[in-house]
Amino acid sequence: MFSFIVKRALSAVPTLLFLIIFSFVLMRLAPGGPFTSEKPLPPQVLANIEAKYGLDQPWLVQIWNYVSGIVTQFDFGPSFRYKDQTVNSILSQGFSVTLVYGFWSFVVAVGVGMPLGIIAAIKHNSWLDYLAVGISIGAQVLPNFVMAPLLVILFTLVLGWLPGGGWNGGQWQYIIMPVIALSTSYMASISRIARSSMLEVLHSNFIRTAKAKGLPMSSIIMKHAIKPALLPVVSYLGPAFVGMITGSVIIDVYFSTGGMGQYFVDAATNRDYSLLMGATIIFGSLTILFNMLADIVYAWLDPKIRLA
Amino acid sequence: MLVSKEKMAGVVDAVSNNKEIEGRSLWQDAIGRFQRNKAAVVSVFVLAFMVIWSFIGPALSPWSYEEIDWNVIGNAAAAGFPSLETGHFFGTDDLGRDIYARTLQGTQISLLVGLVGTAVAVIIGVLFGATAGYVGGRVDNYMMRFVDFLMSIPYMFILIILFVMFGRSLWLLFAGLGAFAWMDMARIVRGQTLSIKNKEYIEASVAAGVGGFTIIMRHVLPNLLGIVAVYTTLLIPGLIMTESFISFLGLGVQEPLTSWGALISDGAKTIQYGTPWQLLFPLGFFIVGLFCFYFIGDGLRDALDPKDR
Amino acid sequence: MKFTSIFKMASAATIATAMVGGAAYADAMHPVTGEKLAADQTFTYRLLDGIPTLDPQLNEDVSGSDILRDLFEGLTNQDADGNTIPGVAESWEASEGNTVYTFNLRDNAKWSNGDPVTAHDFVYAWRRAADPATASPYSWYIDLMSIKNGSEVLAGDVAPDQLGVEAVDDHTFKVTLSQPLPYFVAMTTHATVFPTHQATIEAHGDQWTRPENMVSNGAYKLTEWVLKERTTRERNEMYWNNDATILDKVVTLVINDENVALTRWRAGELDRTEVPSGQYPRLKEELPDEAHSFPRLCNYYYTFNLSDSGPEAFKDVRVRKALSYAVDRDVIVENVLQGGQFPAYTFTPGATAGFDVPNVDFANMTQAERDAKAKELLAEAGYGADNPLKFDMLYNTSEGHKKIATAIAAMWKQKLGVEAVLANMEWKTFLETRGNQDFQLARGAWCGDYNEASTFLDLVTTPSGYNDGKYSNAEVDKIMADAKTSSDTSAGYTRVEQILADEMPVIPVYHYTGVMMLKKNLKGWPFGNVEQNWYSRNLYKVAE
Repeated sequence: MFSFIVKRALSAVPTLLFLIIFSFVLMRLAPGGPFTSEKPLPPQVLANIEAKYGLDQPWLVQIWNYVSGIVTQFDFGPSFRYKDQTVNSILSQGFSVTLVYGFWSFVVAVGVGMPLGIIAAIKHNSWLDYLAVGISIGAQVLPNFVMAPLLVILFTLVLGWLPGGGWNGGQWQYIIMPVIALSTSYMASISRIARSSMLEVLHSNFIRTAKAKGLPMSSIIMKHAIKPALLPVVSYLGPAFVGMITGSVIIDVYFSTGGMGQYFVDAATNRDYSLLMGATIIFGSLTILFNMLADIVYAWLDPKIRLA
Repeated sequence: MLVSKEKMAGVVDAVSNNKEIEGRSLWQDAIGRFQRNKAAVVSVFVLAFMVIWSFIGPALSPWSYEEIDWNVIGNAAAAGFPSLETGHFFGTDDLGRDIYARTLQGTQISLLVGLVGTAVAVIIGVLFGATAGYVGGRVDNYMMRFVDFLMSIPYMFILIILFVMFGRSLWLLFAGLGAFAWMDMARIVRGQTLSIKNKEYIEASVAAGVGGFTIIMRHVLPNLLGIVAVYTTLLIPGLIMTESFISFLGLGVQEPLTSWGALISDGAKTIQYGTPWQLLFPLGFFIVGLFCFYFIGDGLRDALDPKDR
Repeated sequence: MKFTSIFKMASAATIATAMVGGAAYADAMHPVTGEKLAADQTFTYRLLDGIPTLDPQLNEDVSGSDILRDLFEGLTNQDADGNTIPGVAESWEASEGNTVYTFNLRDNAKWSNGDPVTAHDFVYAWRRAADPATASPYSWYIDLMSIKNGSEVLAGDVAPDQLGVEAVDDHTFKVTLSQPLPYFVAMTTHATVFPTHQATIEAHGDQWTRPENMVSNGAYKLTEWVLKERTTRERNEMYWNNDATILDKVVTLVINDENVALTRWRAGELDRTEVPSGQYPRLKEELPDEAHSFPRLCNYYYTFNLSDSGPEAFKDVRVRKALSYAVDRDVIVENVLQGGQFPAYTFTPGATAGFDVPNVDFANMTQAERDAKAKELLAEAGYGADNPLKFDMLYNTSEGHKKIATAIAAMWKQKLGVEAVLANMEWKTFLETRGNQDFQLARGAWCGDYNEASTFLDLVTTPSGYNDGKYSNAEVDKIMADAKTSSDTSAGYTRVEQILADEMPVIPVYHYTGVMMLKKNLKGWPFGNVEQNWYSRNLYKVAE
């Protein structure tokens, strides 16, 4: 286990480095730059700005400076668009927002989705099953860009219960709507995956054997069925968790949370190289980390799977 | 121990003797089981009807999907409501274009995007995941780090560069969508494969000297179909909606052509301005489509589940 | 013990409220109009996006300027009609053939930390704006102001201290220009040339604009700034004219989606928001006192690519005219935009100061006449059913641009049988494509940098860096070059517009209006200021 973690951590280094270099090249290949605007800057002004940010240097030097800044000082550089801010300050602020609403969305999505799926499978083809399926499809029919404005109209304009957006340091009133809008489709996916894999496990030979032996259903489920049924859910949860805590551009745009999710799109459209790079590295590191955790959970759920 | 040895022997027999015949009868069984699932069969018909309607339906309307009704333009809330008299069966959008014709035209695009994009994602994801999981070890590690890498790259830039390099095309849209939707599938499939490959019947096949590729195709994949079917039905609506986001980059569907995603997102923007039909009709089609895909997926899952035999 | 202390606290609170309430009541009249003022003087408005910077010298953003005009005060301000009025400078005089300007600064102006605002602060700020090390994207503004050595400093050829600005004494600021510039004083209302506090910038570096660090000299000081969420600015007690300020607090909320913003405006969370396109007539009918539309200094056009990479068809003036004539601008304005915009037949908006809208012939025809003429011209040029005209129509992704492009393309298809293929692109790709003349017909829009016709008409001159269609006409170039130094320019501008109508290098579509919802208890909005340079200290809330 320990050697597995060390190995994975070591393999994360080349993965991240490769990610940085690839993203860097990708961004520079895309048309336009951070200072391309409707009113093109006079060449002299542009040259001054590029010199200030070191954009006039060869790519290799830029990458080297960038990576060494991160390694030695954990400094992701200045933002090109938000000139008074560093990437560190923008992302730490944005991430502190999405971490909160993303975490609660995860709790809701798993807390509701998982039992829903498992119960539906156990009571296959009963009204409970239909209800669970109905809920999980119902949660998916409204894409979140439709649900978000509807929630604002309902809770803010009609009922007047919740503020229509903002964050205000993360008071609970401001968290509710983002969590509803973000968690529903994840919840639906989790419950559907859980239901299907539970069904599959319940139909498998060893469960039939256990039934034949006359073990009570509840103990069969708890002792034998749950663990293998969770495998595919866990594979899904790794990336899903990362997706939730890094936020969603739609949530951030409709609820004005100031979260990190919008920067993935915003920084890309503004060609804010350093900001997008920072967001990409954080996202990449989290992806690697949680996929590793998912693999560890696998080995725990199915002892036959060896960590390698 | 004894029991499992006996089992293995039995499976080896089954594997080595009855491959061909059993393969065919498996599919026939599956089709039979699928046909008994009423919801799934109805869904197939509804979907087929939707496709046919989307092609012949526009002929029933006096308006084409791109024509502007100059009497309605700018006054959709008051004059563009659904009506048989004006020929706008589903009403009009803010520019006075016919929602009925546009929804049907969008149906063609969205079903195509959903199915082709998903097919690309599923094929890549399943093959990649099953291979990584089955081969395991160092290869698995490299393959999965590659997935980590792909999950993290800023894919908007990939799409922008694809667009700049190849220009606007529907095929590029499919490739762009499918090529970035398969990673989750690959992870799920790999996880399942890891668990399946330790099962007795696989060990038996290996013992019987069956080749790796054959084992993946014949024994691993069928056991994956359940989860693949479910995840596919989750993927389709996701891709259909993602398409509308990607068209913001200039890729893919270009006005006056449209899609469910574009229509729904336009309709949602004007939801508070008294033109609910702009959202409800396209959303209705989308929901019906979603249910069809769900029931078909569920039917396929039940039909293909090898343990149900 | 516990009870008493609670009681004490409670009564203290009551007294405090009573006192605050009493104080508010004492001031409850507007000093000029005599209207009864609301107790809560907080103004909350919507921002489309996070503010990129609050450093006056680095700012290039319109909403950033709105905030900076509250936080800082330059030499001059604008009044409700856009006239230049004294700011930190009480008076000024020009000498030596309008190439030297001397500003007399008021002696009671203070920074928010109590330091006096002196001529040295202006010298520091103006040099800072031009300094290549600052690398301001707006440093060209110093050059535009024709300040002596401006372009040399910008290019790094001479040190910033050679810039033609000087503090004669603490309250006398002298500027030397390289050539006379009639509208120089008016240009000092701009945020780029606001004073900044040297000691603060040197102490905090890039972080000086954080609320806890910032020292400013305007009517408000920054108290909160969460990038993509909100900013708050509150009354600056040190401001020299603080007694005249009525609003205590101004809050901006970032709301990207204009429809959600309108919902939240309706819910009472905002005092001001923009009206989503197409919704103005309905809102005007429903809330006549709160929906406002007023002219802005911006135009909207489609430009033909006239360079070598452009299509052959557009080299024919008859084709260009036909396409322009066939655009029914009334439909665009009245049915698509619906925000009181003005149909455009000239490049320069009619609201521009000192610009008489010339009488170009196609403006006077009816649309039916224009359509007939368009068909005739296109047929003459050799395009018709047997030889249909087809081209790409490029615009950047946006709901509004999409609607306009769709409507125009439909008009051409219906009236002329021309097929315009819509092509949208993401913003930066669009700019790059258009800037490289890699297009056929492309959308363009321009907002005036200052209130004078040359800010628009310079765009169609050959040397202009913004002339993406590469239109070139020697007479236009000459007129515009002469206008720089001439005092009577209006005949020249009229002539240029006439040439544009004859040669049609661009299709003017409409001239902007600002369309917004403003709560009716918020008063003092300067609708008459076409540049929309507003100051929170002139606004106030009346009691309802």
